[in-house]
Amino acid sequence: MQLSVNNGPTSTLDLLREGQEAVLERLDVPADTARRLMELGFVPGHTVSAARSAPGGDPRVFRVDGSEVALRLETARHLQVRLTE
Amino acid sequence: MSSAGHCSGPAAVMPASGRKTVALVGPPNAGKTTLFNALTGLRQKIANFPGITVEHHTGVARLPNGREIDLIDLPGVYSLEPRSEDERVTRDALEGAIPGIPKPDAVLLILDATNLGRHLMLAAQVLSEGLPTLVVLNMADDLANRSGKVDPEKLAQQLDAPVALVSASRGEGLEVVREYLAGQFAVPKPVELPILQDVPKCRQWSAKVASHAGYQAPAPPLWTRRLDQVFLHPVGGPLVFLAVVILVFQLMFSAAQPLMDGVEALISASGAWVAAYLPAVWWRDLLVEGVWGGVGAVVVFLPQILLLFLFIGVLEDSGYLARAALIADRTMAKVGLQGKSFIPLLSAYACAVPAIMATRTIENQRDRIATILIAPFMTCSARLPVYALIIAAFIPERPLLGPLVGTRAAALLGLYLLGFLAAVLTAKLLKSSILKSDRTPFMLEMPPYRWPTLRSLGLRLWDRALAFLRRAGTVILAVTVVLWVLAHVPFKDGKAPPIEESVAGTLGRTIEPVIAPMGFNWKIGIGLLTSLAAREVIVGTLGTIYGIEGDVEGEGGSGALQKAIQADLSPAGAVALLVFFAFAMQCMSTSAVVRRETGGWKWPLLQFGYMTGLAYVGALVAYHLVRGMS
Repeated sequence: MQLSVNNGPTSTLDLLREGQEAVLERLDVPADTARRLMELGFVPGHTVSAARSAPGGDPRVFRVDGSEVALRLETARHLQVRLTE
Repeated sequence: MSSAGHCSGPAAVMPASGRKTVALVGPPNAGKTTLFNALTGLRQKIANFPGITVEHHTGVARLPNGREIDLIDLPGVYSLEPRSEDERVTRDALEGAIPGIPKPDAVLLILDATNLGRHLMLAAQVLSEGLPTLVVLNMADDLANRSGKVDPEKLAQQLDAPVALVSASRGEGLEVVREYLAGQFAVPKPVELPILQDVPKCRQWSAKVASHAGYQAPAPPLWTRRLDQVFLHPVGGPLVFLAVVILVFQLMFSAAQPLMDGVEALISASGAWVAAYLPAVWWRDLLVEGVWGGVGAVVVFLPQILLLFLFIGVLEDSGYLARAALIADRTMAKVGLQGKSFIPLLSAYACAVPAIMATRTIENQRDRIATILIAPFMTCSARLPVYALIIAAFIPERPLLGPLVGTRAAALLGLYLLGFLAAVLTAKLLKSSILKSDRTPFMLEMPPYRWPTLRSLGLRLWDRALAFLRRAGTVILAVTVVLWVLAHVPFKDGKAPPIEESVAGTLGRTIEPVIAPMGFNWKIGIGLLTSLAAREVIVGTLGTIYGIEGDVEGEGGSGALQKAIQADLSPAGAVALLVFFAFAMQCMSTSAVVRRETGGWKWPLLQFGYMTGLAYVGALVAYHLVRGMS
């Protein structure tokens, strides 16, 4: 688990460009969805980076906690991150 | 999708008494099924838990000391929190709360060694069940190749449970698993576990345990990233997908042909041999016309069906299917569904029964029902014999796009597209009316690409071949024999009447006014009636009818059947018949599984009525369009 002390600007996950990294801060989604996301690795404090996407940019694959998980941007929009500069 | 296809109606199977029962638990993509196959080989079967709809495999493992043990392969889960049906079943099975399934004597917990930090969270939950547990760290070869490492003994100390580091696909380290199964299961010592409901706490716990066990996470999977540069390329990705699909269709015709010719020759030769050696009694005719003419006509298509399952198996085992679901998500979202619906729908190309079972991964109930309702529109392997017969009889083979794509493959591809379009439009209709719901989040793990193992593909094909032949030997045989009898009664002057005046002929002629507008005569009508049981039965039925008429005497082959059918159908009627089969719901097994999965007759009846109505209208329109053109 990589805890970042780096205080970059905040953003949301859907705005990451391919290859960009950020630290997950908060999941603003219903509890059930949050639990599923966390089981897949989206735990606050983890580093997330954006990878390839489906044609058109949505859904996008994110690298988190040793795996690659695809999310729709409408879900990623509710995941608050802090960019690592 | 845990397995691509079991059309045979699964029955409740109880492990034989006196043997110990061991359950396999693990997250998706950890190689649980590979380990299960390695331990049981061909000694496995598919069953349903009594009373509930979740399908599972049971098998028998023979151990080094000669003892045998029952293994249950439970659904792949990330957690035991009972929210999805898979999670509920896994937890209940571990706690012995499922009637008819013994509480397991021990658990094999299969985790992916290359993703240990995250997968150990499941270990906390499984260990808290208090059952003797062997923690199996799979993908040891992958971990070593990507320069990660872990010390199994230190991990065993941390978890107070034995740990085995294995590579199930290569068969490495399995002797440790077999030894564990052969030994006395030690009662586990209680370990200090985190609060299971708190995922961040659990993740901290597993990070601590992993680091105490000397775990070094492996380097990123380089080949997977390289391949994704191609397969998920914004332009290249969809093109590769299209190329793969076209190649599959072309090979299904060209590569299967010599095999099918071989099977056909074998069936004709054996039919002629039987006819020559038996005395001329009535049951010789039943055997030759009914069994060889009817069942044989269907069995000829075994190579083609196995080839389709081989392709689906390769796509699934290699990890490409998850990428296909990702590419398809946007399209699926347009009709109100999601990428997760894509995987069941793709396996519906093999058979709708396992596809409908695979919809359990869709959490949203309305999305799930919509997926179940449209799944039978996908061109399943039972339509293949019908399509192949009609296409071969009516469409001459000519190169279309160079030597690779011919007219017949194009026609087949067109029919697949037709079914797909019907599915998509129906989904749109359902999701904008009776099954409207909020969009649910789509989350899908992309597993690393792996080489499919010959063993796993071989087991899959073996399983499919058995299921197909079982169907040919039961449903198709029964319908064929009943039909043969109906075609020979009532006796006139002590012998069988001309087929038109038999019971079967009368039935066919009774419905002729209804089907004549589509260009079908009474013989096709008999086929339509018998194919209500299962689509491919029509091929056997026509084989029997023409066999009785003497057109395909003693031959199970499709060559003579093609000629006979050319005499009976106009080209417009042939197109109408293809369209009818593309849309119609003619499969008892599917209706039964829809009833079970949706818990009542409402949805299966609606589905049957809708699909059959669409088939009638579609065939009518097709008939008149083609006739108008020519």
